[in-house]
Order: sequence, then C-alpha cells, then structure tokens
Amino acid sequence: MHSNQKTLNMTDAVPAKAAPASRKGGVAERMADKQKEISITEFFEKNKHILGFDSRQKTLIMGVKEAVDNALDACEEADILPDVFVKIDRVGDDEYAVTVEDNGPGIVHRMMPNVFGRLLFGSRFHARRQSRGQQGIGISATIMFANMSTGKPAHIKSKVMGPDSVAWGMDIMIDTRVNRPVVTNDKAFVWEGKEHGTSIEYTTVGRYIAGRQSIPEYLKNTAIVNPHCRITFVDPDGKTTIFERATDVLPVKPVEIKPHPEGVEVGELMKMAQDTAQKTMRAFLTNDFSRVTPRIAKELLGRAEIPENAKPKGLDAAKSKAIVDALPHVKIMAPPTDCLSPIGDTLIKKGLMHVLEGARPGYYAPPITRAPKSVNGNPFVVEVGIVFGGELPAEGQVSILRFANRVPLLYQQGACAITKAISNVDWRRYGLEQRGGKGIPFGPAIILVHVASTKVPFTSEGKEAVANLPEIITEIELALKLCARSLRSHLNKADRRKKTRTKFQIVQEILPQLAEKSASFLKKPVPNIDRTISEIMNVVWVEPIEEYDKKRKKKKVTYRLFNYTRRERTFMLHAHLPKEAVNLALFSDPRFVEMNDEGKAAWRIDAMEPSSNLDITFELDGELADTFSPEEVYVSGINTVIVMGAEALPGDWGIKGMEITEFEEEVPDDDEEDEEEEEVLEDE
Amino acid sequence: MNERNANAQDSLKGIVETLYDQLDGGKIPTMSLPQRSKRNIEFDPKKNVWVYGDQQTVRTAKTVNGALMMLRTVCTVEFIDTMIRENRSSTLREMYYISEGWGHGKFGSQNESNLLAEDLEIMSRCMREDFRLRPEEDGARIMGDFTLTEKLKRGGTKRINCLDDVGESGYGIPYNVEKDNVSFVGGNAKFAVAIETGGMFDRLVENGFCERHNALLVHTKGQPARSTRRFIKRLSEERNMPIVVFTDGDPWSFRIYASIAFGAIKTAHISDYLATPTAQYVGITASDILNYKLPTDDLSDQDVNALKSELSDPRFKDDFWSSEIQAMLDMGKKSEQQALAKYGLDYVTDTYLPEKLANMGIPL
Repeated sequence: MHSNQKTLNMTDAVPAKAAPASRKGGVAERMADKQKEISITEFFEKNKHILGFDSRQKTLIMGVKEAVDNALDACEEADILPDVFVKIDRVGDDEYAVTVEDNGPGIVHRMMPNVFGRLLFGSRFHARRQSRGQQGIGISATIMFANMSTGKPAHIKSKVMGPDSVAWGMDIMIDTRVNRPVVTNDKAFVWEGKEHGTSIEYTTVGRYIAGRQSIPEYLKNTAIVNPHCRITFVDPDGKTTIFERATDVLPVKPVEIKPHPEGVEVGELMKMAQDTAQKTMRAFLTNDFSRVTPRIAKELLGRAEIPENAKPKGLDAAKSKAIVDALPHVKIMAPPTDCLSPIGDTLIKKGLMHVLEGARPGYYAPPITRAPKSVNGNPFVVEVGIVFGGELPAEGQVSILRFANRVPLLYQQGACAITKAISNVDWRRYGLEQRGGKGIPFGPAIILVHVASTKVPFTSEGKEAVANLPEIITEIELALKLCARSLRSHLNKADRRKKTRTKFQIVQEILPQLAEKSASFLKKPVPNIDRTISEIMNVVWVEPIEEYDKKRKKKKVTYRLFNYTRRERTFMLHAHLPKEAVNLALFSDPRFVEMNDEGKAAWRIDAMEPSSNLDITFELDGELADTFSPEEVYVSGINTVIVMGAEALPGDWGIKGMEITEFEEEVPDDDEEDEEEEEVLEDE
Repeated sequence: MNERNANAQDSLKGIVETLYDQLDGGKIPTMSLPQRSKRNIEFDPKKNVWVYGDQQTVRTAKTVNGALMMLRTVCTVEFIDTMIRENRSSTLREMYYISEGWGHGKFGSQNESNLLAEDLEIMSRCMREDFRLRPEEDGARIMGDFTLTEKLKRGGTKRINCLDDVGESGYGIPYNVEKDNVSFVGGNAKFAVAIETGGMFDRLVENGFCERHNALLVHTKGQPARSTRRFIKRLSEERNMPIVVFTDGDPWSFRIYASIAFGAIKTAHISDYLATPTAQYVGITASDILNYKLPTDDLSDQDVNALKSELSDPRFKDDFWSSEIQAMLDMGKKSEQQALAKYGLDYVTDTYLPEKLANMGIPL
C-alpha cells in the first residue's frame, strides 16, 4: 500500500509546488480539476463493471486482489519478504467480511484516510516502472463499493517501522459526492506482536465460490509467480491454507524511468509540459523523457517548428500534436529496460514446482524469459513456462495461467492477448493436440505466461485481460515456441529413451539369462557376452539417477555412464547447475573439470573402455536443489548418434565443448521392435 | 523313452547349441524360421498338401521379443529334455504355468507357449507328441459302425465299436491317435462326414444317418484339433474312406475345410501328416443358400474381411472356391447348417445330404 501512498504524494505534491509559480489563473483550473474528480467517482459508482465489480463472486475476488496487490507492492518496495494474511468470513447471506493484512512498511497516520478513501487517477504517468497497482484506484474503489453495498465503514490499521512507533486504527467511509474519506474512531493503539504492516477489514456484498475463478485460485496463482511471498488464507469455513515461500530472494527492484516519447499522446504531452519545472522546450524534452538527447530534442522541435527556447507552458494542442507527429520521423533508442523485474526462469520453475507439487506433473520445460521489447514507449518483457504430463489431467484443454506484472488474470481469458498468442501457435508440432493447428490446445499441460511492463496495456480498467497489441502477441508467441521446443525435445527424448531402455533390458537381463541357461543346459562354461552386448547396443549410454531428500533439501545426482561400443571413448559431459546449490561434492569428483559463473559444469571422461561403466556424482543443497533436472545433460567430443541419454552440447551454450576427433560412426540401426511380427494365424 | 523321443532330444539340443555358439562367438544371436503366414505357403505336388515356402523370418536378439523368444526356447528345451529323461508328459497349459518360474522366459499367454511348441517342431523336424507335450483336451467325437482298439493308460487295450459300444455322445478321440495308441479294425462305415456343429452331429445321429447310410460321423467342434485331423487323415489313407466336410456357410467354416483338406497355415510344417487332400466340401455353399433358399444373416464386417482375406489365400485359389467366396461377398449373406430345418427336421438327412453326396460321387 506504500505504492499508493507514493502515488498520492505525487498527486498532492505537484500542484502544491507548482501553484505559486505557474498557476496564475489557478482557481478556475483547480475547480475544473475537482469537477473532473467528482464526476469520475460517480462515474465509477455507476459503472462498477469497468473496475470489475460486475458480479457478486467477482466483487469478492477483485477486492482481495486489489488489497493483496497493494500489500505485495508495498513489501517489495521496502525490501521486506511479503507475508500476507487473507481471511474471508461469512457474516450474512451474500455478505462477507474481508481481512487482508501484510507485514509491509506501514502507512503514516495522516496518509491513511487518503490512501484508502479517495479514488486516485492518472498519476502514474510520471513514475514509469513495473508495479502491480498502476492507477491507484483499486483499493479505494473496493472500499467504496463495500461502503455502498453494506453501509459499513472499512477498518484500517497500520503501524510504520520504527522502535517506538504506535499503531493507528480508524474507520473509513467514502463520500462519493466529493471523493473524500470520512474518518471515525481514529485512535492510536498498541498492536501486539506486530512490528510493522497494514491491515484492512471491510464488509461487502459478494459471493464466495471455489473453482477456477476463485479467491484460493487467485492466491495460488499469485504464489506461483511470487515465490518470495508467503500467503496465508482462511476461508469462510475456517480452513487455513498456507502458500509457503519458495525462495528468500526478493525480486530485483525495478528502477523508475522517465516516459519514453514513443507512444505519448497529445494530451499527456500537454499536461507534462504544464507541470514541468523545466524552462525551455529543449530542456523539457531532454530531461523529462528517457532516451531524448539534446540532438534528438533539437531535431524534434525543428520538425515541429517550435523554437528550442520556447516555454513549455505555452505548448498548446496544435504544437503538442506537431511534436507527436514528428516522433515517427526521428530515430530514438528503445526505452531502458531496468525498470522491469521479470521473475526469471529459475524462479518461475521454482514457483511452479512449489505450488503444483500436489498435481505431480511429469515435466517442467525450462521457462523462457525474453529480452525486453517496447511498445508505445513502454518496455515490456514476456515470460513463459510449460508444465506437462505426469498426473495432470489429460482430458480437455490445457490450463492457461495468465499474469500481468506478477498479478494473476482470472477473467476474460478469451479477450486476452495471451490466449490469442497461445491459439496462434501450432501446438501439434510440439506434442499437444490441437484441432486444425489453431485454438487452445488439448492435453495434460499447464501454460504459464507472464507479461511485465511499466504499463501493461489492459483491455479495461478492471485489468482482466492484456490488450491485443501485435507487438505483444508476437513476443508471447516467440516465447511460447521457444519453451514448447523444450517440451518437444523432452517428448522425443522420452521416446528414444524408452526404445533404448528396452535394449538395455535385453543386454542387462535377457541375454545374461540366455547365456547362463544355455550354458547350464549344455554343461559348458557361461560365455562372455560383452562383445554381443556392444554389437547390439553400440551406444554410450548416459543414465541420470537422482535421489531427492525433501526434508534436507538435498539432491544427489549420479550420471551412470556405460560404454556399450566396441571402442575406447573420450568425451566431456556438461550440465547447467543452479550454482547456488552446488556443494563441495562436485569438485571432489575426479572427472570434474570446471564450472563457470552461470553454473555450467563440465566433466571429462578419458579413455573409457568398451563394455565398462562409471559413475559421476555430485550433490545440490538448498532451495534451488530441486529445480535441476538431471535429464538436461549434454556431451561433447563424441558423435551424438552413438550417445543415448544426452544431447549434443547446444551451440548457444556459451562454452566451447570438446572437438570431435573420431572417425565416422556406424549409426546404430534403429531396429523397429517386432519387425518380425507374424500375421495373425487364421486357423487352428 | 522311445526312438522318436531320443531323436527329439538331440534336435532340440542342437537348437540350444546354435544359440550358445553365437553368444560365445560375440555375435548377436539369431534364429531362422519359415515365415508362418499365408504369404508363405505353397502347394507341394508330391504330397498334395500345402506346406511352408522358402521365406524365412529371422528372429534376432536385438529386439526384446526376439531375445525373449530365444530365452523361452532354451527354457522350453530344458523342460522337454527333463520330461523325456524322466519319462513324463505335460499339457501345453501345464507348460505355460511351469514357465512362471522361468524369469524373463515366462510366457505372456497360452498362445505364446503353443506357438513356441510349433516353432520347436519346425526347427527340430519333430512333432509335439515327441516332446511329450499334449493339448489340453480333445474330445472331438465320432459315431458310426467302425471298430478300433485303444491303448489304455491303466494297461491293456480296449476294442470299441463306435456305434454299439458308445452312448449318444459317441467315441471321444484321444490326443494321441498314432497307430501305437489307436489301431483301426474296420466296420460297415463306408465314408466319413466331418461336421462343424454339435447340433447337426446330433441331428444326424438322431435321424439314424449312421445306420441307414453306413456313415461315420466326426464332430470337429469348430476348427478340428490336430488329433481329429490326423484321425480323419488315417481314415482316408488307411481305410480309403471318402471324407466329406459339412459346415455352416460362412468364411470361418470355409477355413475348417481348408485346414482339413489343404493343411492349416499354422501347422503347414506337418501338413503331410495332418491334411487330407481328398476331403470334399459338402456345404453350406453360397450356391446352397440360393438353391435351397435358406434363411440367412447379413455378413458382418469381420465376415467380409475374412472372405476378402480368403480371396488372397493361395489355398482357395481354385475355381470352385473363388466363385463361392465371390458369390457370398456379392450376396452379402451367410447361413448356418441348421438353417436346413426350415424344411423340417428330416430334410437334411432325407433330401439335402443325399442330393449333395450324390453329386460328389458318394451315392447313398
């Protein structure tokens, strides 16, 4: 809720600072502003659906969503690992008391009424960075709606950080006619056991449901993309669910950036020019926008035929439009991207694994985090994760988890750019069923898509669906395809592995029995079948074996290598380890060669004898230990046609593998099983 | 242990030696067998029956099925060898259960053990009986004025007339119908009728067909077992008895006739021992359905497929069968032998069979 506080600060601060200097005929202007505010409050009251309060079920969810979003934003901004408590009590037919409490930095006493009791708008334009709450209308709208539907005030408690600070509590109603909070029972109190944080309780008309679009589902999905937070939920029946945090690492805090000129609208530009402290147009463009150099400012103003030294206050609609029209003709660098905080591939996987554990999926495709791009001057980044198989339901369409700035999107799936992008991909190529190669695919899979941006373009104020901008859809499609490629290669690998495993059964179980049995029957010595085995297999087999001790968060990984070829083999093995989880056992393996900063490790296997086997082992400790999939293993220095269980070292791995020095290999013929299957014999 | 058993022991041991030598030589073990399908049967003009051709399937230990099959072979050979040495025998079904203790050599189904026993026959050029393996039960029955003697397990032999010395269900054919077990004495029976269904067999018995026309009735119980086919073959060969086959009029019944007269695909390695080339088909033919205006059922999809498959079966390539099969396909109908009851219970014995047999040169 800290972010809202900040938002408010800016709205209040700007006129205060600007008024004496520049608002000469300010009375009428300010009145106009106020009139606008009033009409907006009433407008929202009459158009609840725009905020997403269009049904009783949705009202309850949206309120929790706004409160939780604010709580997470506030905690992160203060570098606090979020611990959020959500409780829903049934107080009457279709009437519920909602409590959301966080351990954020708290809100100073004098700001509390404004944070929760005024509908704020539009102020985010000056602060461009990724955050959950963007417009600063959500929580106050929630309270307003609660007030209106039950006539009961919301109760707010907050305590700010500090050794001897006291907590304050108050009841808040919103006067919708003037968009002002009405505060009662404003009292200081001792908040036992609470160091800092904010609690909001309100009573609202709503309906509690379970299922796909429900509060538990929303919280579960929130936990997936926010693995650093802990969420406790008490449902109306008193049942408590805790989503434990999967990592203690807070996301990198996004940096605020100034707006990028690309995509700026005429009105916005005029408003910025009114509010700026800069004295000239050139200074205004250079200092108030990102990526605008003096040279670019000069070029823009030249094209717009505006003197460089003109006062920004004098920028009227015509001039503003001239600048906007000039923009496409001037080459401006894309906006900086450190204002974004993607979740990252490791933590997406971690979050998915943590929350989906009960569903026992078979495979987590390595998630994809794309490089940032921008649309209309707003940088954005797309992330995708795919979970497949195991005990996920094979019937019906795949599950789609949509997120914008780490907030789950539960409604309007059909209208969302994410759904559109998923439907555009031909999933049949990646191992999922899809009718005609279009639409939502079918099969045992969960597709997660996260769009993060300084300003996610939503289809409506309710923030339920990402707008269908071609730039965003293209990025999502690319990320989906990259991630799906891993899925396909996993499926192919699984297929090949199965084939090889049957060969393994032949050479490890059936042939030894055959040798023994025939020898004992003929009363002859048991023949040595090593050569026969090598003839049949003609592979170097890499078998990953893992033991995971969940309690101790320790994963022991063994690569068991078999040289079932007729030649001695020298090659290297590579794996990308979560390097935070590596312990000394890695370095003590005699075949270990090196590990780089990214955690890419290599082992060298020298002169491995035909018909021999050896083990490479290491251990992973801690939170990230279970994110490592031992099947993602690579080899170099050996022709991969004779390797089973490991892929060729990818070209984009960033490490040069071993050169292949061997002669051409005889490719093992891929005997189809049952090629000699007899025709069904048709009579006795 | 008789000479045949000893011979079988040697042959089977040879099969295991081949596998052992391949393993010992560092090779991938393989086993060759004639391809056991309708694509690989050909007419042997000397023996007048259909036998396997030259096409071989090679089983290799490179595949799980191939390797398993070899392991089973060795296990089975060892089992047979022990039985012969200890002078015991077992049913195919018993062998299937005994394989439970063979680890990976365990049979997946009874059919697998049956097929392997046949494979061993082919490879060793011996017979299942030489391995002391016998089928579960036989129980095909015969009725008619024909006398034979059967060796009894409890000792001695018994002389049986298959009309006077038996009840309504006739004489049960044992699994071993070789001369050392069953020897023919003879009687008034002049020809044999192999009948598919029990209902028709009983109808002919009840109508006194055996006595009236000196017929020997053989109930095949659907596809006739080996011993039934061997018994029929001996009747034909040793007693010169004309053999006719009387079945339902559908594609599956045509195959009953084929296995009696031409030799079955599955046992083509011993066709000259089991098949009776002179056996003639009485009916029900597609023409009978038309000529006698028999009640019919529509051909099912499986029936149609079976008929089409027979069109490409070399055994059915003669004019009679080609036209009968095509006619049945064209009319899309089939009929049962008991459909003749449409004209009364005596119609089959009084009208149908006398007419048909007369056409075949067996006047009643």
